[in-house]
Amino acid sequence: MAIQPPETRIWWNEPVARGELVWIVIAFLWGVIMFFMMIWWHLEGRQNLSTEVYRIAPDVFVSRTEAFTETYQVGEEGESGVPLVRPPPGSDVYLLGRLWEWWPVLELERGQTYRLHLSSADWQHGLSLQPVNINVQVHPGIEHVLTITPTTSGVFGIVCNEFCGAGHHQMTGRIRVVDAAAGG
Amino acid sequence: MATSAAQAGMIGALAARFRSCPVTGLQIDLAAERLIKANAIAAVVFLAIGGVFGLLVALTRWPAVHLLSSDMFYLVLTAHGLDVLLLWIIFFEIAVLYFASAILLNSRLAAPRLGWVAFALMLIGGLLTNVAVLQGDSSVMFTSYVPMQASPNFYLGLILFAVGALIGCCIFLGTLVIAKDEQTYEGSIPLVTFGALTACIIAFFTLASGAVILIPTWLWSLGYISHIDTVMYKLVWWGMGHSSQQINVSAHVAIWYLIAAVTVGAKPLSEKVSRGAFLMYILFLQLASAHHMLVEPGLSSEWKVFNTSYAMYLAVLGSMIHGMTVPGAIEAAQRKNGYVNGAFEWLRKAPWNNPAFAGMFLSLVLFGFLGGISGVVLGTEQINIMMHNTLYVPGHFHATVVTGTTLAFMAVTYLVLPLIFQREVAFPKLARIQPYLFAIGAGGISLFMMGAGTLGVSRRHWDITFSDATLAFDYPAAAFLMLGLNGLFAILATVGGALYVIIAVWTILFGRRVTAENALAALGPMPPRLQVHTAVAEYGSAGTWHLPGTYILISVFFVSFVLYYFVNWKYLSELWPMG
Ligand SMILES: [Cu+2]
Repeated sequence: MAIQPPETRIWWNEPVARGELVWIVIAFLWGVIMFFMMIWWHLEGRQNLSTEVYRIAPDVFVSRTEAFTETYQVGEEGESGVPLVRPPPGSDVYLLGRLWEWWPVLELERGQTYRLHLSSADWQHGLSLQPVNINVQVHPGIEHVLTITPTTSGVFGIVCNEFCGAGHHQMTGRIRVVDAAAGG
Repeated sequence: MATSAAQAGMIGALAARFRSCPVTGLQIDLAAERLIKANAIAAVVFLAIGGVFGLLVALTRWPAVHLLSSDMFYLVLTAHGLDVLLLWIIFFEIAVLYFASAILLNSRLAAPRLGWVAFALMLIGGLLTNVAVLQGDSSVMFTSYVPMQASPNFYLGLILFAVGALIGCCIFLGTLVIAKDEQTYEGSIPLVTFGALTACIIAFFTLASGAVILIPTWLWSLGYISHIDTVMYKLVWWGMGHSSQQINVSAHVAIWYLIAAVTVGAKPLSEKVSRGAFLMYILFLQLASAHHMLVEPGLSSEWKVFNTSYAMYLAVLGSMIHGMTVPGAIEAAQRKNGYVNGAFEWLRKAPWNNPAFAGMFLSLVLFGFLGGISGVVLGTEQINIMMHNTLYVPGHFHATVVTGTTLAFMAVTYLVLPLIFQREVAFPKLARIQPYLFAIGAGGISLFMMGAGTLGVSRRHWDITFSDATLAFDYPAAAFLMLGLNGLFAILATVGGALYVIIAVWTILFGRRVTAENALAALGPMPPRLQVHTAVAEYGSAGTWHLPGTYILISVFFVSFVLYYFVNWKYLSELWPMG
């Protein structure tokens, strides 16, 4: 029994039964398939996380985001007081996570590819874009550049899904995606 | 003459330290027995406390109830993780280590006094961290990601706890050495002890990672260190946080084998295969820190792919092997017990009214189907983009740690009470339904959290209606339904958990003593013709290999696994393109 020493002293020389071997081979091959699935997706798939990353002092990232916002601001998001920014299609855009907001609100054009610069001004935050359900961890001191192409238009919410203290559940943001005609 | 007198004296001294187990005939070291009791009791107390915290969390997440204030919610959530994930499980595992070494090997425990030092350190550490959290200035979640800072005692308590647990692991290894030297057993150590050894080896890696990251973090909280790198912190912290879950897997798989052996007389189909599968854990499970780093900036894709898959899923292979050999061993034993009809008579006529067996089998099935499959999918590099930090994550690990580990530990308690505490299990009728209640409750919690996570709902989040947020946002209505159901099943799990605690405590305090006559009966209903110490001979050999039921079960498992895996790739392909 499993609670007693093996009955055969030289247990490592015992033959393994066929059924057990077959399962081991199937399970091993399945593991290989799952492993190569991830590599294949890097080559052929269209949803891979960028590894373009830079060290950056949090205050530098904040001032870059402020400069970007000033340049391209077109108004305010509703009554919220949060700037609404419409960057040129296909350009570099900035999004800042800080206690407790995602700043500013971006208006992007559907089908255009943007370089989205992400970082935090203070603690770690979790960018959770809904309902498309894209989730990326955001660190202070690290600028992460995602290359992203919105393919659906509408209003998308950004939630923070990394716990960041007392106001964590108030931390939201927004991305608007408009069709080319309306965006021009 | 002189020597024989000395021998008699020694034998007398030994006899005073041991008792003979009426069921197995093993010599039980009383010092080991006392330590097992102390650690098991501490574990159950922390399970009770942490379980109540868990219920409060679920009731707050239930939108219609929304019980706690936000500050209390984050405090209680931190305490919940700490008490159940760390204290309940590791205290219990230390008890398992002592049991699998001193008791199963028929040996004395190495350095029992040091065992009490370990126990005291763990207890003081656990209490210190709990107090720090309850004081309200350490609501940093179990993971305490920097630069968020807890009070110094939060980290100090964890360090003391880890040192205590490390001493416990050393005592386990020492006992293995003593048992070998004093030849208390013949041949190799039993499979269950081998599983415990696996857990112990992983524990060394885990606790070392914990020390490497928690000591600097403690110094940082005291102001002696100015900066801790946020990515490095996570990488090393999860070397402890995830690897400690692999201790659990090793420990509860060992317990599956143990319960199957005691209740139906199951033998490993092949010692070589089962031990090889444990070896896979030792070699590859430590890489799983990567599971928490898949959408992190600053790590290469190659690193992520290699580590998240445990180098081509070799540790998953280990689990898939156990997933077959455990039910296979049960089927083989039951067929020898006389249940040979059809594919499933062995399973139908299994001792389902024995809570140890029922809990073990439910743990096996739920861990495999809910926890195992979801874990592999969640840990796939690109699919993680859809799931990271959503409620899918706690959904997954409640399936592994609660329906897997916790349920297995509960199940083995129904054997530990008569064998170690020497008490008959109190309220046998309630004990009979306890594993089912808990399994349904915890299974529901896992499933509905995974459901909410699939809909995007964030984990560790007080208010999914965003009523205080400047920019409003709504999750889909189905998410609210999921969290309501999560609350209902949490109540069910709490009832099951409370029953377990009440039965265990009542049995220890007021249970009828086990004697030589009722010892076997005290282990609960078992298939006829079976006695624990004279179980069926001959394991492994190809002649016993006719296990159609097991083949069907693993085929169903495999098909579910493959389908669910590719469905998620399909969902992923619909996301906005990114790269
Ligand atoms: Cu945040």
